[in-house]
Amino acid sequence: MEAVLSAADAISLERQAAASDTGNRGRRKGFFTDTTLCIGCKACEVACKQWNQLPDDGFLFTGMSYDNTVALGASTWRHVAFIERPVALSTQDAGAFSWLFSSDVCKHCARAGCLDSCPTGAIVRTEFDSVYVQPDICNGCGYCVVNCPFGVIDRREDDGRAWKCTLCYDRLREEMAPACAKACPTDSIKFGDLEELRETAQERVRALHHSGMKEAYLYGADAVSQPGTEGLNAFFLLVDKPEVYNLPPDPVPPLKRVKPVWASFAMAAVGLLTLAIGSAFAARR
Amino acid sequence: MAECHPVGFRWVMKAKQRGATIIHVDPRFTRTSAVADIHVPLRAGSDIAFLGGIIHYILENEQYFRDYVVNYTNAAAILAEEFHDTEDNDGLFSGWNSETGEYDHDTWMYAGLEIEPAAGKRGGSQHPTPIQAEHSDPTLKDPRCVFQVLKRHFQRYTPEMVEKTCGVPAPLFTRVAEALCRNSGPERTGAFCYAVGWTQHTTGVQCIRAAAIIQLLLGNIGRPGGGIMALRGHASIQGSTDIPTLYNLLPGYLPLPQAKHDSDLKTYNQTYTSPSGWWGEFPKYSVSLLKAWYGDAATAANDFCFRYLPALTGDHSHLNTVADMAGGKVKGYFVMGENPVVGTVNGGLQREGLRALEWLVVRDFQLTETAEFWRIAPEIERGDVRTEDIGTEVFFFPAAAHTEKDGSFTNTQRLLQWHHKAVDPPGDCRSELDFVFKLGQRLKNLYEASQDPKDRPLLDMTWDYAAAGLRQEPDAHAVLREINGYTVADGKPVDGFTALKEDGSTACGCWIYSGCFKDGINQTARRKPHWEQSWVAPEWAWSWPHNRRMLYNRASADPSGKPWSERKAYVWWDEAHQKWTGHDDPDFVKKPPSYRPPHDARGKETTGGADPFIMQADGKGWLYVPSGLQDGPLPTHYEHQESLIKNPLYGQQCNPARMEWFREKDNPYHQPYFDPRFPYLLTTYRLTEHHTAGGMSRWLTWLSELQPEAFCEVSPELAEEAGLENGGWATLRSARSEIETRVLVTNRMRPLHLNGRIVHQIGMPYHWSSKGIVRGECPNELFPFVADPNVSIMETKGISVMIEAGRRVRRRHVRSGLLAPNLAENEYMRDLPAARRRPGTGHGLKVDHVKEGHV
Repeated sequence: MEAVLSAADAISLERQAAASDTGNRGRRKGFFTDTTLCIGCKACEVACKQWNQLPDDGFLFTGMSYDNTVALGASTWRHVAFIERPVALSTQDAGAFSWLFSSDVCKHCARAGCLDSCPTGAIVRTEFDSVYVQPDICNGCGYCVVNCPFGVIDRREDDGRAWKCTLCYDRLREEMAPACAKACPTDSIKFGDLEELRETAQERVRALHHSGMKEAYLYGADAVSQPGTEGLNAFFLLVDKPEVYNLPPDPVPPLKRVKPVWASFAMAAVGLLTLAIGSAFAARR
Repeated sequence: MAECHPVGFRWVMKAKQRGATIIHVDPRFTRTSAVADIHVPLRAGSDIAFLGGIIHYILENEQYFRDYVVNYTNAAAILAEEFHDTEDNDGLFSGWNSETGEYDHDTWMYAGLEIEPAAGKRGGSQHPTPIQAEHSDPTLKDPRCVFQVLKRHFQRYTPEMVEKTCGVPAPLFTRVAEALCRNSGPERTGAFCYAVGWTQHTTGVQCIRAAAIIQLLLGNIGRPGGGIMALRGHASIQGSTDIPTLYNLLPGYLPLPQAKHDSDLKTYNQTYTSPSGWWGEFPKYSVSLLKAWYGDAATAANDFCFRYLPALTGDHSHLNTVADMAGGKVKGYFVMGENPVVGTVNGGLQREGLRALEWLVVRDFQLTETAEFWRIAPEIERGDVRTEDIGTEVFFFPAAAHTEKDGSFTNTQRLLQWHHKAVDPPGDCRSELDFVFKLGQRLKNLYEASQDPKDRPLLDMTWDYAAAGLRQEPDAHAVLREINGYTVADGKPVDGFTALKEDGSTACGCWIYSGCFKDGINQTARRKPHWEQSWVAPEWAWSWPHNRRMLYNRASADPSGKPWSERKAYVWWDEAHQKWTGHDDPDFVKKPPSYRPPHDARGKETTGGADPFIMQADGKGWLYVPSGLQDGPLPTHYEHQESLIKNPLYGQQCNPARMEWFREKDNPYHQPYFDPRFPYLLTTYRLTEHHTAGGMSRWLTWLSELQPEAFCEVSPELAEEAGLENGGWATLRSARSEIETRVLVTNRMRPLHLNGRIVHQIGMPYHWSSKGIVRGECPNELFPFVADPNVSIMETKGISVMIEAGRRVRRRHVRSGLLAPNLAENEYMRDLPAARRRPGTGHGLKVDHVKEGHV
């Protein structure tokens, strides 16, 4: 098999990764999570919890593969999904079976449902283009929870406030990469400038296609492929349908539907009015 | 590897991105399998059959790297007439002594030549041993040459036999063998990575030997991208073999003296100094070690205090020591950073040993099951043992974590990497270094006034590491400086082991580490990123020996000293400057490729210019091991102690030389095969989320929530057969004990088809026990004491068990015979009768075997 990445390229990528700790300010930042490089070690989950001092989710043996934290929530801001499929990967010689891992996280959508719906202004868009919940302003109304098309944001039971990934806002301010990306041993989680990440991701898809993994594609990499969210600042490389990873195939923030809904209301109102006037005229005749 | 070494696996994923093919051979489908190109599920314990199949494939299809094999391995050496292979003896080599249950190794030698091994059982030969022309056949045609013996030995390891033995379909096996061969030769190399999945068998050492044969045949040793990587179980396990916590070695793989034989320094040095090869340097290292330990007291006149060293009287490996404890022969026990009650086989017998002690010292982060064996244990729950009847006095010392102390880790590639203390340890927690240093100080003070000669070793021991700070903690750098070595006259650090002398003018704590403090600088603390230096990255930390990043790298060039290929160039002979040069420090004697040793050469002078394996007495990579091993010169497939099937390859069922402990009550064995009481195969392993016996992970919420309970993994087919439900309970049983655990039903476990028979494997991680935030019962309770004869490693990778749905009955007396009635003494025709005196004797040490004539 021909090398899909030269030694020089590999080293340059690593140098880039090492340099990703600096130059954060005033730039659009995000994650590119390449699930084909994920080994399901959960270092991201632990690094996230440690840096952000999050509590455990309880100690429940689920019997669902190696996933015992189940989903993203108020106290789990990175979550690794374990998917046992009765389907082979096209590049793997292991029978009709494969085990997929994917480290899920807040997508920091370009059009963010949570931010749209926050009545107090607690949720803001930062200078890094990330979506951030200010805990001192959040009043725990929970509108954001139902407005997230991914089910990411969640209220903590003890204090009622809404919590989610901050893209390690505090670390970014100090020119450091987010804890999960820093801890990821295989560079499955890549952090950096959004535009560069998109290029890297496109290249990676091309390389995977070249090596025979035709099923690889990007999820939410831009507004074109995901008009509902207008693109994700944390996007993914997947090898099966989004639903397999517990991701919505066509996510749309609910408030985005409000305009057409109001328009329909208006149309309906006009229609009813016309009908009423019409019938009035008819009656008069 | 992704499962247990996710950080190291970073480099595997990098290699994969650059086009490498990843092959994963494992009974279960792990996180490694998930990203591998090929996953090969095989029956636990059938590794040698699988590797032997590859050897057979390479030889049969002439896929070996001929020039490499002829020149750099002992393929051409002619064996003695007396040698008989397992082919002739239905699974036994010549020299088997059924009385003692051990091999006599004399018949395994090269024709007319005694030879010293580089490791393992050493001591004896006195004849200069460069392989002479009359003892070898470079055409590899002589029927008694190693190559032909190898061919015959592995001729029955066909793909069909692999299928019958391992449960690996022949076409899948062939794809693996092809991929491996395709990726070897002058232009390409392949590497093997292994961990305790290979070692924890009664044939553990021979599994690695089989891999070594493959790599030598394919020319994958001493060349970039090649090698065999031992992935160790903890940080710095490599370090704790280099500077050993092993009972039979001194630092730098110098053997501990034997009580009956090594009466003085001269005898000791003579015994272990190989007449040929680098071990000819032995006295320089032993004397320098004695100078480091006994300082001014060590003089040429008093044998450099050689007699102060403890001497071995027998096998004091872990399992033997525990058995001795249970027999009341051991008074006190230090357990530091280990949790043997959970991490070692037969927890019941482990605790029986602890109960018979006078005192026990445990140093750990938490009160582990070992520290509290007297309070929480299955036998106490059952009511078989009462806490008030246990006399052991337990001392618990809280330990400092690696972030709370300075020190170094040595990793699998022999890289010493320094770590700096970030914070002071909390409360009474202290580092091991601090504990041992102060214990030594107190003992010295205690005996200060003693005039008794037997106390001299303690009083003369150098113990003067600079201590500083409020807590007077010793400086780890001072220890590293002593390990590096120095000239006695001025205390200046030496540059490396070549500067060491046997006249007492140098001191060195560990010769292979010599150079790690070169120029008075802590070389292990270097952290230059690899993109700021050459791709070999010699300025990242420091590797032994002599900062060489690859051992035996002379083999990366052909016999004339030219790289085998441009693509794989590493070190080479520079004709213009008449020296070895390259990307790395040449791991070689400074001789030109054309050098041939004269007949009167001794020691390292005997290594020819085209003999890369300088630690071997003949400078060759050993396809065949003429001395040093207890259980045969070639790997041979034997079944594990408690198997489901008869050995498909030979009449001999198990490794004949394995160590067994015959204790009817606390270590009963199953039938070697077809035990109707125990129809399933159990294998154990680790998960990413927890650390070994759990002392470092079961007390942390962030790790514990990820794997919150003990479970076993079974295939849907076995679940159906045994009535198990996903998320439900199961009880696992052996003759030793029974445990209950949760069930995870998964397609990652697959039933294997062996010769028409279906073998169900049960997998179970062993991290949990009765303490910590998350708990469960430990599968090691089920395993017996039985071990590999070379290194006394326990067998945890396969036993026969019973599995039933539901929880176990509380307070049931497992060993009382209720659960495991003894079957009538069975006709185990294919296994040898047990040689019952084996474990008690000095296994692996047979002092009487050392030739009297050499004393």
